[in-house]
Amino acid sequence: MNFTLHIWRQQNSQSKGSFQTYKVDNIDSDTSFLEMLDQLNESLIADGEDCIVFDHDCREGICGACSLVINGYPHGQKNATSTCQLYMRDYSEQNEIWVEPFRAKSFGTIKDLSVYRDAFDRIIQAGGFISSKTGSSPEANTFPVNKSDADSAFDSATCIGCGACVAVCPNSSASLFVAAKINHFDKLPQGKIESHKRAKLMVDKMEEEGFGSCSNHRHCEAVCPQGIDLSNITKMNSLIKPY
Amino acid sequence: MHNLNSKEPTGSIEGRWDKHQFDLKLIAPQNREKYNIIVVGTGLAGASLCATLGEAGFNVKSFCYNDSPRRAHSIAAQGGINASKNYKNDGDSVWRLFYDTIKGGDFRSRESNVYRLAQLSNNIIDQAVSQGVPFAREYSGYLANRSFGGAQVSRTFYARGQTGQQLLLGSYSAMSKEVASGRVKHYSRSEMLELIIVKDKARGIVVRDLVTGKIDSHTADCVVLCTGGYSNVFYLSTNAKGCNTSAGWRAYKKGAMFANPSFTQIHPTCIPPTGENQSKLTLMSESLRNDGRIWAPKNEKDCSKDPREIKEEDRDYFLERMYPSFANLVPRDIASRAVKSICDNGRGVGTEIDGQKLGVYLDFSTIIDKDGESKVKSSYGNLFDMYESITGENPYKVPMKIYPAPHYTMGGLWVDYNLMTTIDGLFATGESNFSDHGSNRLGASALMQGLADGYFIAPRTVIDYLASVDFETIDSTNPEVLSAVKSAEHRISKLMNAPDPIHSPDYFHKKIGRILWNCCGMSREKDSLERAIEEIKSLELLFWKNIKVTGVDDDFNQTLERAGRVADFIELGQLMCLDALAREESCGAHSRVEYLSESGEAKRDDKNYSHVSAWHYDESGPTIIKEALSFEYIKPSERNYK
Repeated sequence: MNFTLHIWRQQNSQSKGSFQTYKVDNIDSDTSFLEMLDQLNESLIADGEDCIVFDHDCREGICGACSLVINGYPHGQKNATSTCQLYMRDYSEQNEIWVEPFRAKSFGTIKDLSVYRDAFDRIIQAGGFISSKTGSSPEANTFPVNKSDADSAFDSATCIGCGACVAVCPNSSASLFVAAKINHFDKLPQGKIESHKRAKLMVDKMEEEGFGSCSNHRHCEAVCPQGIDLSNITKMNSLIKPY
Repeated sequence: MHNLNSKEPTGSIEGRWDKHQFDLKLIAPQNREKYNIIVVGTGLAGASLCATLGEAGFNVKSFCYNDSPRRAHSIAAQGGINASKNYKNDGDSVWRLFYDTIKGGDFRSRESNVYRLAQLSNNIIDQAVSQGVPFAREYSGYLANRSFGGAQVSRTFYARGQTGQQLLLGSYSAMSKEVASGRVKHYSRSEMLELIIVKDKARGIVVRDLVTGKIDSHTADCVVLCTGGYSNVFYLSTNAKGCNTSAGWRAYKKGAMFANPSFTQIHPTCIPPTGENQSKLTLMSESLRNDGRIWAPKNEKDCSKDPREIKEEDRDYFLERMYPSFANLVPRDIASRAVKSICDNGRGVGTEIDGQKLGVYLDFSTIIDKDGESKVKSSYGNLFDMYESITGENPYKVPMKIYPAPHYTMGGLWVDYNLMTTIDGLFATGESNFSDHGSNRLGASALMQGLADGYFIAPRTVIDYLASVDFETIDSTNPEVLSAVKSAEHRISKLMNAPDPIHSPDYFHKKIGRILWNCCGMSREKDSLERAIEEIKSLELLFWKNIKVTGVDDDFNQTLERAGRVADFIELGQLMCLDALAREESCGAHSRVEYLSESGEAKRDDKNYSHVSAWHYDESGPTIIKEALSFEYIKPSERNYK
């Protein structure tokens, strides 16, 4: 397979970026999207050029490091998939591919396709935890948890913190990310105690970090690699109100 | 020369850790803020340690190469975490977990450490539940368990196929709470390049800011490495792309001994390799062996057929045949060896690489027929999806193909019972140390060890060290600090300015990986190890002559990052081969073809090799120092899973 790639190159957060065009040839259909970029980078090294910077690590769809907007879609067009789990066989119909970083006011570009997502860490620090200390825990089976609650907590907790929800949102809102964490804890007896306070602190921090609010475009749940449901945001809103 | 004293407490094994904890010194709450601790790596072991030390009131500085601690590779652990709760009432106990782990490690680990690990296992589950880890539950609301290899009890706690993710997010959230409290100051996108030693004590690290390229020193009263394993030395492994050995290797070169470097785990159930440009291999959780049945065609002529067309009587369920009592749940080393031998005998299936088909089937049709697709989906849904997205095949319809891949390293920095290396004030926890898994780790034990070290062991022993030593004040102008910075800068400059730059870091990484996979992977042999050592020596020379790093060093330069890591992998690869050569026996994952029984099982030599091989760096060549292992409670026997 042969592709024409238009890749966003930007030297640093201060400089102005632009698309650069590259050709990659003889790509095997079992090659992953990131392996295709690896091959391009190898050819850049051979030509003595600086490689394209992009974030990635586990390459199994769970660490949340990979990002990229591919042909207009965060993590590409394939449903419920992170960029590292895309394979070139998924692009057999498209031989021209545009690759950009996640773009949002709160995600500044560091270089090329890599962005700052530290704001997510700061939102968690604001309240995304249960205030228990090491050693203070009761025996694990002391408090039974309804299986459906535990499953629902897991469905929210599965968020990988990649930021696709922000990148796709016209408001650059981090609501899905924040709501998933709030609901994960709210579904469990251990977390419920701090639910209202946690929701308020995290949402305030989200706004302070410059993320917008949710206005129900629902693009976030469509691109979420973990398929996190929009109903999380509804529940988050109900938790903030009575506080 | 150091005397390898494990500092294990004596007395009855049940009481050793309690007694030892009482003997460890304490620091009163009002004095704790006077102490500074550096933690390198914030996966399970590091994040849990940061959280615990922060809560206690110490000042912690932590570092990771990723853009957030939440991305550490602990996150990819799938199947579960062991604890001896005996919730299933199937006869589990601390003793049984202790026994299974010692036996699973093929009698090459320290009894005192392993017993302590088994004791602490239960508390880890309590801790995780109180942090909000959404473990799988029964309809009663109580915690669920499943089975893992090497055990006949069901003791593995899990959160679908994402147990590592949920436990890491638990530790990360606990750590984040301490970042907010100001007790932990965290630096992401930072890589340790050098260890700072002042008056024979570890006192700091040199760090490169991966965004700006700026090199800085950080000093403290002690340093804890929580930097994971080195499976990426093989190039293709199940580890994340960034996982590396550099922090541990820098410590080794400053005098911390490296123990059992050749003990590397090759995990039996991974998606087989497909070709030259593949960048990593993906694990399919061991939990799949609860319900999946492993088989290969009985006849070579069937190997190219669609597996669904191969008749039941023409299938060889070889693990069930060879090991009737543990069957598909034999430990990883045993399963991997069996899969390899089937493929070596020409009965592999799937893509042919170098003239050999590398794969066997992992088949769920029996359980799907019995319980239905939806039951299988609820247990393994995400793993099946992952398999399908990588291979393009639907495992509900066609059996998965699997082949062993490098996954975990039992070897690592030598530590005593206090998890301190042979450098005073330098500790190593989690996968970065060698301590608890002997020559083979049982499934669902890595998460357990990382968290035992981080939540419960290191916080006690690090404090004891701080309380026992008088620290002189040092800062960035100290000559030792300056010289460490200089040596880090010098190395970067060498990487950027090779005399004849031709090849990329990946070129060299693939080379070292191939040598090691062929000669120091699933089977090892004297001649090929000796040849490998010579090849690696030449590769090292070529590397420093021909390494080509484009871009500049005072910038975000991922090529430069990789080059530094590959340089260390090449050196480590040589030590792995030396270690494999020196151990003239087979044990656990270390399979020397000269020392296998007729049926292909590992033949230990307890008379001559019942020891830990700790390697000491010396410019004239590494030397081996032994820590003798004694087994007071579990008599070494032939590991029998038949």
